[in-house]
Amino acid sequence: MINSFPKLLNATLITLKLLSVSLILGLFIGLGFAILRMNNNKLINKFAYGYSYIFRGTPLLVQIFIIYFGLGQIEYLRTTILWVVLKEPYWCAIIAFSLNTGAYTSEILRSAFQTIKPGYLEAGRSLGIPSKIIFTKIQIPIAIKQSLPAYGNEIILMLKGTSLASTVTLMDLTGVAKYIISTTFKPVEVFIVAGGIYLFMTFIIHNVIKYLEKKYGFQT
Amino acid sequence: MELLYFGDKGWGDELFFATLMTIAVSITAMIIGFIFAALFTPLKLSNNKFLNSIGNAYTTVIRGVPELLVIYLFFFGGSGAIMFVASIFGYNDYIEINAFLTGSFSIGIISGAYSTEVFRGALQSIDKGQFEAAKVLGFNKYIYFFKIILPQMLRLAIPNLSNVWQITLKDTSLISVTGLVEIMRQSYIAAGSTRDPLFFYSFAAVLYLMLTFLSMQLLNRLETKYSKGY
Repeated sequence: MINSFPKLLNATLITLKLLSVSLILGLFIGLGFAILRMNNNKLINKFAYGYSYIFRGTPLLVQIFIIYFGLGQIEYLRTTILWVVLKEPYWCAIIAFSLNTGAYTSEILRSAFQTIKPGYLEAGRSLGIPSKIIFTKIQIPIAIKQSLPAYGNEIILMLKGTSLASTVTLMDLTGVAKYIISTTFKPVEVFIVAGGIYLFMTFIIHNVIKYLEKKYGFQT
Repeated sequence: MELLYFGDKGWGDELFFATLMTIAVSITAMIIGFIFAALFTPLKLSNNKFLNSIGNAYTTVIRGVPELLVIYLFFFGGSGAIMFVASIFGYNDYIEINAFLTGSFSIGIISGAYSTEVFRGALQSIDKGQFEAAKVLGFNKYIYFFKIILPQMLRLAIPNLSNVWQITLKDTSLISVTGLVEIMRQSYIAAGSTRDPLFFYSFAAVLYLMLTFLSMQLLNRLETKYSKGY
């Protein structure tokens, strides 16, 4: 149990890397689709809705498998520059995670944008502030504040989601834990250590979000 | 499309039965989850600190640890644990548990943690006056719970329970790692033998989308039914 601890800690780094890169990419994707969702054009709106519906309605495992096993099958893709990225399980996992968390984030941000009181926007407009600045300086900060609790949940869900990277040969925390379980046949001990590391990370994320909520004064 | 023919030529029938398996595992897991929720919700609401911490530990641990890790625990540890219990009763042969049971049980424990939170939230948001009125009017325990509290709780819980159902349905895809032939495992087998992973995994995605779509339609109906008086 003690011997496996350094190995698991090393694997935790990969988990954290997967998590942070996909969250950052996912945030941009989510913001983009949230903006598209609020577009008045019906076609654009439907497209953004379809994106989030498909990614939220199918298991993350299917998404990773389509990207990792499926896309490699397209001959044309193998000749393009994209193949440099798509042949690596690491990047395939990141693409799948970012697209997945992007779909959830877009829903979180959309509902946050919609809860902004129209009075704020009217106030901004009557003060003659250009709509771009209203968006970046008024709408986005309020939306971030409003979406913090839901986004905190999403980060924790994503942390758990990164465990699926182990199904495409990546040795993340769950991957290493499974390897140790299958070689030592000590499932309970390994579960306690690996689960403990995950819980510790969840605990930290939870508290950081709580602190941010307090700092930025979350209002319902 | 030939790949989807029923019979020996295509994978249509295999995928059809795999879909039924996914539905069966999801429903079994959901029911096991309700049993866990029925056990742990009272603990979470209890005033006793010890019982309360047991309830909290269950929901915190299960919701903070990846589903895959929980599945591995039961997959690799399940038969060991049962054999240990059996050895106390003097049975020493190797016992292998059915993949269906391991899968449903591990997903059930996960789904139960979410259901517990939903039931707790629903119970807490029922107006306190309802509990008091029911007690003051001297209803017996059966009527108190099943006729007064439960219907109100269900009305509040159903929208969130349909979220739990969605999560559970999607989590069943993870049981494929244990070898139970549900949608994901069947697609994996089909993709391996036809060398057409793109098609089969995309088809699996379509099957899951269909399942989530259809179940949402059903659950929305249930929701309107239970919120009739409001």
